[in-house]
Amino acid sequence: MTDSLIPLIFGMAAVTYVPRLMPFLLLNRLRIPYRVNAFLKVIPVAAIGALIVPGVLTATPELPAAALAGMGFTLVYGLFRGGIIVPVLGAVGVAWLVLAFFG
Amino acid sequence: MMKMEIRHAVQAGIPIFIGYFPAAVAFGILAKGCGTSLVEAFLFSAVVFAGASQFIALNLLMTGMGPAGIILTTLLVNFRHFLMSAYLSTRLRNLARKTYFLLAFGVTDEVFSVLSFHDKRLTPRFVFFLELSAWSGWVSGTVCGFVLGGFLPDILTQSMGVALYALLLAILLPALKASRQTVFLAVMSAGLNTLLIRLDFLPAGWTIIVCILVVALVGAFLIPEKKEMLSD
Repeated sequence: MTDSLIPLIFGMAAVTYVPRLMPFLLLNRLRIPYRVNAFLKVIPVAAIGALIVPGVLTATPELPAAALAGMGFTLVYGLFRGGIIVPVLGAVGVAWLVLAFFG
Repeated sequence: MMKMEIRHAVQAGIPIFIGYFPAAVAFGILAKGCGTSLVEAFLFSAVVFAGASQFIALNLLMTGMGPAGIILTTLLVNFRHFLMSAYLSTRLRNLARKTYFLLAFGVTDEVFSVLSFHDKRLTPRFVFFLELSAWSGWVSGTVCGFVLGGFLPDILTQSMGVALYALLLAILLPALKASRQTVFLAVMSAGLNTLLIRLDFLPAGWTIIVCILVVALVGAFLIPEKKEMLSD
């Protein structure tokens, strides 16, 4: 590659940043109708399911079972004990073990 | 008080850092393989700061696509953050304009997810330091990948790849436990996304946009009376 990529990079940065910014500027002082607010409030739940599945199935491409075992740990530990750090590190550990033994 | 808040933000950012770092190492290695300079690889991560779209951009560069096409693709891939910022704006109201200019930069999928289910009031300082933790993982990983190459054993990279998904699940679990409706909506969103990706007719990034729109509409109109879960 001989051309500098820097103009491209800043172009990408601009089209990424503007959609991240606009809602804040448009909505922050607006009175948001009840229904719209109800819609906005469900966005996190609506997003996270899709952010996890099906992506997680390719997190450990050579052995999807490793990622699933890790997620199983997160699910069980998270349901009973809660927290973030332990469920996350535990998932990494379990996936590592499965990959080490069966990969 | 201020120090505590920063500490909490950094703590909340650690799982994101753990997830971003190895993914960014992979990006750094790939960028170098594609012939970018260190400065360019660094800038990709430092100013675009949007994982999937950066990988896609490298792929498109290799196919010989011009800048206009790549920028348009980036816009499409990253447009889902528009909806995420729309949600976050309901929790960060009446701040100074310049604060929004700063905080909007760091709205990634994972930052959004962590902030969404943070059960305390969101303050600009908390948001900023959470974003900074995520950003440092992404940028430092990119530089390490570029400079050091494949220094992480493959098995570690792969298992650390699970961290981001585990993080999203761990964040969602308390809400799943608290309400059947949340379970229903999350499963619906996961199922719909799988279906849309299978059908393969939407550009990258838009399956998630469709999922958010459809599932949030269902959630808002069929089940309007859910109380606290996402209170501010």
